[in-house]
Amino acid sequence: MNKFEVSNLNLFYGDNHALKDISLKIPSRQVTALIGPSGCGKSTLLRTLNRMNDLVEGVKITGDVKFDGEDIYGNVDVKQLRMRVGMVFQKPNPFPMSIYENVAFGLKAQGLKDKRKLDAVVEESLRSAALWDEVKDRLNSAAFGLSGGQQQRLCIARAISMQPEVILMDEPTSALDPIATHKIEELMDELRKKFTIVIVTHSMNQAKRISDKTAFFWMGKLIEHGETSQVFNQPNDKRTQGYVSGEFG
Amino acid sequence: MLQDKRIFNRDTQDKLLLAAIWGSAAITILFLLWVVWHILSNGLAYVSWEFITSAYTRIGEASGIWAMIVSTIYMVGLSLGIAAPIGIMTAIYLTEYAKPGSKIVKTIRFCTESLAGIPSIVYGLFGMTFFVTTLGLGFSILAGSLTLAMLILPVLIRTTEEALLAVPMSYREGGYALGSSKIYTIYRLILPSAMPGIVTSVILSIGRVIGESAPVFLTAGMVTQIPQSVLDSGRTLTVHLYKLTQELFTQHEWDQAYATATVLIVLVLILNLATKFIATRINKAS
Repeated sequence: MNKFEVSNLNLFYGDNHALKDISLKIPSRQVTALIGPSGCGKSTLLRTLNRMNDLVEGVKITGDVKFDGEDIYGNVDVKQLRMRVGMVFQKPNPFPMSIYENVAFGLKAQGLKDKRKLDAVVEESLRSAALWDEVKDRLNSAAFGLSGGQQQRLCIARAISMQPEVILMDEPTSALDPIATHKIEELMDELRKKFTIVIVTHSMNQAKRISDKTAFFWMGKLIEHGETSQVFNQPNDKRTQGYVSGEFG
Repeated sequence: MLQDKRIFNRDTQDKLLLAAIWGSAAITILFLLWVVWHILSNGLAYVSWEFITSAYTRIGEASGIWAMIVSTIYMVGLSLGIAAPIGIMTAIYLTEYAKPGSKIVKTIRFCTESLAGIPSIVYGLFGMTFFVTTLGLGFSILAGSLTLAMLILPVLIRTTEEALLAVPMSYREGGYALGSSKIYTIYRLILPSAMPGIVTSVILSIGRVIGESAPVFLTAGMVTQIPQSVLDSGRTLTVHLYKLTQELFTQHEWDQAYATATVLIVLVLILNLATKFIATRINKAS
């Protein structure tokens, strides 16, 4: 089962042709890693999957992106799409409010007011993000008081609160130390059971450790895509070979 | 040796710079304290409950400023009531909705910047012609408030815009990524984050409204009675102080002027604290 089917996708930022004829299938309930050197288009592709590129001025997109068979650039409610496709960003971005309010934000935005339901979702989301035990006694204190790694797990909890089907992660550990990174990776191993995960990462070791499928991008093109073990151990393309072996990038 | 000399120079330079910074801060604070102390020491003795709550009489010891306090509060409330919502919403349009760098943004920005530089008496003249005469509002609190609203609007828009632009883009992304609507994200996330900056801008506007005299008496008049409606004329404390200083003949009039100035200072302080208090309440509620 494929969650996303991207076919012949081209994306332009003004005159800059950032994604060139990308076709890619992203399977359900697996972790797909997007790797490649800076500026290769991997983050841009990630952001087409929940239409975050809409926020950028002057973006033009051709080709199509199907989510559960439905073209998300067709006649679709972007807010609904983003509820089903959650996102975690490179730098933890907790909102300037309490831990509780951070996790409840998305549901409150949908008009949910029932305190008991909110409490339940907040607890469940924080548990799923392996943060509950650390914060259960200070749910009402500011989210900024948490460490970087905790803040990122809070952002994951916030994404989970909407019960999405997919979680997009844009270099989620690049701002974190190795111990916090390890915790997030452990967490992802849990999350893959319930969610489809697409992760952009600069760390090849991370891609190797956590992903089932790997896609290698190079100057806006998808060079190679397959099982992670194959892409890393028997790459078909010389450029992939060069990148995964650390010769460049 | 050369190395040593350069290190020595660097050290002296650092110390001089540090001394200049501390000195400037000290001078600023000293002047501020001096002015406040000067006013309070000359005026506080004549501020009594009676002075605050009595009607103004030109002759006699029992003269007070109650009507001016009421007019001032009306003027502050009404002009901010008009300007703050318009200003904040314009700033939201400019930062969140208009295309950045588009013609309309540039035009509005140019207008607000130009308007902010116009001397306040020009606004007074405009208000007197347009609000007082053309619209037939007469010399009134309403005409004065509309004039002052125009006067504070440019600065209100500009400072609110700065406060909104200072809210990190990552908050907006975070909000939208959860499927929140744009309006919800603005009112529940971006506006609260910008609240400290907006409150500062409102406080500065309050100071501006209280501080103006010329455009106020040109549009709201100088009647020394409590306005019964917004269509009545009224004299604000600053206008009153201006009038008093025009005719300082007796010691009693000097005392009244200083006492009025004292009340002005305290009123500004109270209004600032009240604004901050209200803002924290709004922030907590959301």
